[in-house]
Amino acid sequence: MAKAEVLHWWTSSSESAAVKTIADAYRKAGGVWVDTAIAGADQARAVAINRIVGGNAPVAAQFNTTKQFQDLVEQNMLNNMDDVAAAEGWDKLLPDTVLNVIRIKGHYYAVPVNLHMQTWFWYSKAAFKKAGIAKEPATIDELFAALDKLKAAGLVGLAHGGQAWQETIVFQAMLANVGGKDLYLKVIRDRDAKAINSDAFKNVLLAFKRMQSYIDAGSPGRNWNDATAMLISGKAGFQIMGDWVKGEFAAAKQTAGKDFGCIAGFNPTAPYLIQGDAFVFPKTTVEPVVRAQKLLAKTLMTPSVQIEFNKLKGSIPIRSDVDTSSMDLCAQTGMAIMKDKSRVLGISEVYLTPDQNGALQDILTAFWNTKMPVEKVQKSIVNALKE
Amino acid sequence: MRLKTIARKLIPYGAITPLALIVLVAYVGTVLWSIKISLTSSRSLPTDTFVGMTQYAKLFENERWLLSIENLAIYSVLFIVASMVIGFLLAAFIDQKVKAEGVLRTVFLYPYAMSFVATGLVWQWMLTPGIGIENAVRQWGFPNFEFDWIIDQDKVIYTIVIATVWQTSGLVMAMMLAGLRGIDQEIWKATRLDGIPAWRVYLSIILPMMAPTLATVFLLLSTAAIKLFDSVVAMTQGGPGTASEVPAKFIMDHLFGRANIALASAGAVMLLVPVVALLAPYMYARMHARSNARSHATSAVNKKEVPLNKVSRGAT
Repeated sequence: MAKAEVLHWWTSSSESAAVKTIADAYRKAGGVWVDTAIAGADQARAVAINRIVGGNAPVAAQFNTTKQFQDLVEQNMLNNMDDVAAAEGWDKLLPDTVLNVIRIKGHYYAVPVNLHMQTWFWYSKAAFKKAGIAKEPATIDELFAALDKLKAAGLVGLAHGGQAWQETIVFQAMLANVGGKDLYLKVIRDRDAKAINSDAFKNVLLAFKRMQSYIDAGSPGRNWNDATAMLISGKAGFQIMGDWVKGEFAAAKQTAGKDFGCIAGFNPTAPYLIQGDAFVFPKTTVEPVVRAQKLLAKTLMTPSVQIEFNKLKGSIPIRSDVDTSSMDLCAQTGMAIMKDKSRVLGISEVYLTPDQNGALQDILTAFWNTKMPVEKVQKSIVNALKE
Repeated sequence: MRLKTIARKLIPYGAITPLALIVLVAYVGTVLWSIKISLTSSRSLPTDTFVGMTQYAKLFENERWLLSIENLAIYSVLFIVASMVIGFLLAAFIDQKVKAEGVLRTVFLYPYAMSFVATGLVWQWMLTPGIGIENAVRQWGFPNFEFDWIIDQDKVIYTIVIATVWQTSGLVMAMMLAGLRGIDQEIWKATRLDGIPAWRVYLSIILPMMAPTLATVFLLLSTAAIKLFDSVVAMTQGGPGTASEVPAKFIMDHLFGRANIALASAGAVMLLVPVVALLAPYMYARMHARSNARSHATSAVNKKEVPLNKVSRGAT
């Protein structure tokens, strides 16, 4: 029996329904699933790391498909899944952005299970109607025009949850759409001081700050789902957020394309910024545990599991070869964009360490909330990303 | 016979050893461990690569940390002063032999019994403009009333003071009341005979006599201020922007979310400094007072403790 204790942070109703599909598939494949769900991603990762260091590691633990588990790899605390990766042909199935994260020095250390695109522009059709906006904006100028119209009609242009991480999402959306792919990579991946000090990046920061003029007074401290509720009730026009908001729309019985719309980017070449969840496998040489780890790695990426899991989770499958016809409009739009590999990039956490990303977040939220001159922001970002 | 006396002498040591070990390992040990980690380049896992004072240098270049320190200073002063003044006034009020004293005491003490994670959310709603107090006052017929401190960069820290003072003053009241009840009634009779006004008695006689109670309350409030965390997370999450950041939240963020335990440990060590600076003179004074009291046989500490029990029994 391949018994696997799996540590994860999927505790909301849609998330636990989704994880149950994996558990069922694993049982069907002959394994025994032991569920350890811990609420809160930070807490779950802290528990996972403490248990690994303390010698009582779970068989598999959830992390994001980012640099979060890099320290564990460097300290040689994870088993690699090289033979599963070779047998299943991960190199052909997975997007490069994801491969670059899980493949460290030629070895595969994590099994990615899904992709979330973080910088969707969601809009409320009811609010558009009230403000007299006839068609979905197709360029960044049309976006600002639409926001102005919403504001003039007495609606909230941008439903924004004023928390630092949400401000970072708005920033990344602006960097991707106003700055474009090359600038995005130069700033976020290469941490290039010249690019950060450039006028092009200054324009990105100013566009980011301009978004702030469309929020309402109650925004600071608001949760993302409360912001989504403003779209659902037609009080606000736009929200920039990851595709997990689909769960909120679904709970309110609203359908994509009918009640709300989703725009992945305003530029046909705008980066599609992804992030996802993955499982890592703590180091062990105990034969049955290794067998359980490999069975789990294989199960996680089975096409049927991928479809069922991601439909419930609101994300899209990690494999490019699955049939997506049963998924919703936005997921299908996303899958279509994924085919153009040049557009698929990671969110900032994919390229930056958690600490660098946090420092960037601190600067952006300060800029969003105070009257900080844009030149000072550029200087601070150069400093924060220096090492 | 002799063996018995030796055993009798050893038993107290045996009884105290586990406690002493726990204190040494769990408190002193972890403090030393934090100091060690703060001198390394550890990120998500502890490592042994020593980098000297680098983390401390980074800490004091970090704008968010400096802002946290500033916020903590403003918060501590206001929180301690306001809690002590309001707590004392409540206690003096209840001490006037009011009716339904038990009920009032429970009402005042109740906020302290609730977790701030829950009440913080309620405070957040009350303070959010558009839905909370602001909206209520506007509906009462003051359409221009404004109360938006919680979204104001410069005022948000005061909203945390308001909410936490609301929570803590009840406890301060209970302790102050215990102190007041420890005052000999003869003193009140004597001052009444002399015709001294009540406020003057409180100010010049009662408060100085309550010095040990005041010191205890002060110490409790100081530690509560330094470890301020849950109230901020529940009410503002450190925002808007970074305006209501506090050191404890900085440390927790870097410990887990940002996988930088070395910098977090450096922050924790820096927080220990004011605690030690505050605690050391206090402990010294207490030890001094105790040795004095022992020689006088009547101890101020004992006097205080009897009514404290009475109060807590009444309140539960």
